[in-house]
Amino acid sequence: MEAKPSQLRLEPLLWILFSAGGVVAAFLIPVQLFLQGLVFPLGWAKGPDYATTAAFVAHPLVRLYLFVLCSIPLFHAAHRIRYTLYDGLQIKHLNEVIAVCCYGGAVFGTLVAGYLLWSFH
Amino acid sequence: MDQICVVALGWKMKSATTAPAYTLNHPRWYRKRVSTYWWLQRWEYLRFVLRELSSVFVAYFVLLTLFQIYLLSHGPQAYAKFQGLLKNPLMIAVNAVSFFFVVFHALSWFNLSARAMAVRVGGKRVPGVLISGSNIVAWLVFSVVVAWFLLRG
Repeated sequence: MEAKPSQLRLEPLLWILFSAGGVVAAFLIPVQLFLQGLVFPLGWAKGPDYATTAAFVAHPLVRLYLFVLCSIPLFHAAHRIRYTLYDGLQIKHLNEVIAVCCYGGAVFGTLVAGYLLWSFH
Repeated sequence: MDQICVVALGWKMKSATTAPAYTLNHPRWYRKRVSTYWWLQRWEYLRFVLRELSSVFVAYFVLLTLFQIYLLSHGPQAYAKFQGLLKNPLMIAVNAVSFFFVVFHALSWFNLSARAMAVRVGGKRVPGVLISGSNIVAWLVFSVVVAWFLLRG
């Protein structure tokens, strides 16, 4: 059985992105989601207003942080969703379509994040 | 004894010449059918699927954040709409469920890293509790730093 050369080169990269995204998601997403999604809307604490937030996001380091936060976890999610569909629902015949949709979605999301943060003013 | 060997060899040679080309999958082999809902049968399986499912909520968080940045770049009125949307009870519920899942992801990830990383100090393997414990401490430090930045304004 011969392995396809393209798969040989891509799979390790996908696993690296998966674990890097898992680390970023584990460390940063819970606190972000807790504050932005629950604490501020429910009024448990006062969140930053528009001007503060806009000035904050305009800072290059914050934009870099947000880019990392929005790109690598997408690849983590894509990888996991792909294998969950593969193992959980046993739809092996759709493997290629699922892989293209998952990683394609992550690439697209990364491009959108890059565009939004690059052009932010 | 010799005869048995000859017979065996003969069988082997015969099978080697008549054997078809290597096939990945043989349709006649017995394979037990696994239910599509195999992951509902045991708590360990369900926990595994829930852990994998957490990735959907990680992706949701990224999309929400991208939407937030998009509206933030469109001025105060657009951003006020976003803040109003987050106050919607449905969004609160979705975010509460998402929060549960991302915490589940974080805890399972730290427990996993204790198994994945074999750290050795002085020839002895560092116990997994210390690795996942230090991860959790680092998690709290990161959370406090992010919270400090967000609560300041």
